[in-house]
Amino acid sequence: MWDDGPMRFDVHVEVRLRDGVADPQGATIERSLPALGFDGVTGVRVGKSMRFTLEAADEAAARSEVSDMCARFLTNPVIEDADIHIGAVAPA
Amino acid sequence: MSTRVGVVLFPGSNCELDVIEAVCSLGAEGEILWHGDATTNGVDAVVVPGGFAHGDYLRPGAIARFSPVMEAVAEHARSGGPVVGICNGFQVLTEAGMLPGALQKNRGLKFVCSTSRLRVESTDSVLTSQLSVGDELVVPINHFEGNFTCSPETLAELTGDDRVVLRYIDNPNGSVDDIAGICSEDRNVVGLMPHPERATSELLGSSDGRGLLQSMLVAAGAATVA
Repeated sequence: MWDDGPMRFDVHVEVRLRDGVADPQGATIERSLPALGFDGVTGVRVGKSMRFTLEAADEAAARSEVSDMCARFLTNPVIEDADIHIGAVAPA
Repeated sequence: MSTRVGVVLFPGSNCELDVIEAVCSLGAEGEILWHGDATTNGVDAVVVPGGFAHGDYLRPGAIARFSPVMEAVAEHARSGGPVVGICNGFQVLTEAGMLPGALQKNRGLKFVCSTSRLRVESTDSVLTSQLSVGDELVVPINHFEGNFTCSPETLAELTGDDRVVLRYIDNPNGSVDDIAGICSEDRNVVGLMPHPERATSELLGSSDGRGLLQSMLVAAGAATVA
């Protein structure tokens, strides 16, 4: 019954450094963990997490808009990538 | 009529008065360009100074590039006028797409506040025209995100086109290829992490910044004798 109306989407953007870009924060955390007895941890990468809601016609439209936000503002494409997670919340 | 240098002031900038003081000591006039005004007021050169524009929220320079003044700064650059970004100003210019690459956290996660030794690598830029290739300069640095990085293709372009204008002699932050400063394709936009405005008198430990700022004033079209 609300098929044609806009939907509100729950968006989670995870910003992370591109593969190959040095991550001194991650490396420092990795080196510190054994001091607390946490052995065997490798590959620590530190990023940012952003959550918001977005009104869009459908999930594809929401994803395309968030991709654009990432490319133009939320990430610096020279050094960062983003994973975009989208879930429907409710009809707007 | 003396050369007019406009210094952009964002909320969080903190080196704008140092730059004005420095250019005045070289015989130019300095004035503040408020970030919210979409104009450069007809100045001859623009400096984007150091500090923490908009609190460095999201990333250094990420918000600053949306300030109304930035379109006017880009227009000033397109018409050939000198634009120099120092420290946070360099970060702003890369985020604004006026210079390539990006500045990430220093290698070793250390905020670096020290004196750096630089080597002039190119004199074909608005910040180095009055110097000689191979000149060694002593200029302070003061940053957390000064580790210049770019894609291998961009690096090849920068080195191939002689656009690396300054290199560190002892790399303090992990910058690729020891890069301390670069220029745009048209050579009138320069970004550098070191602070020439803090090296304008022997009383401050070095006056090597004067040659850099003097070059900018010469490029601005009204050379003054220091």
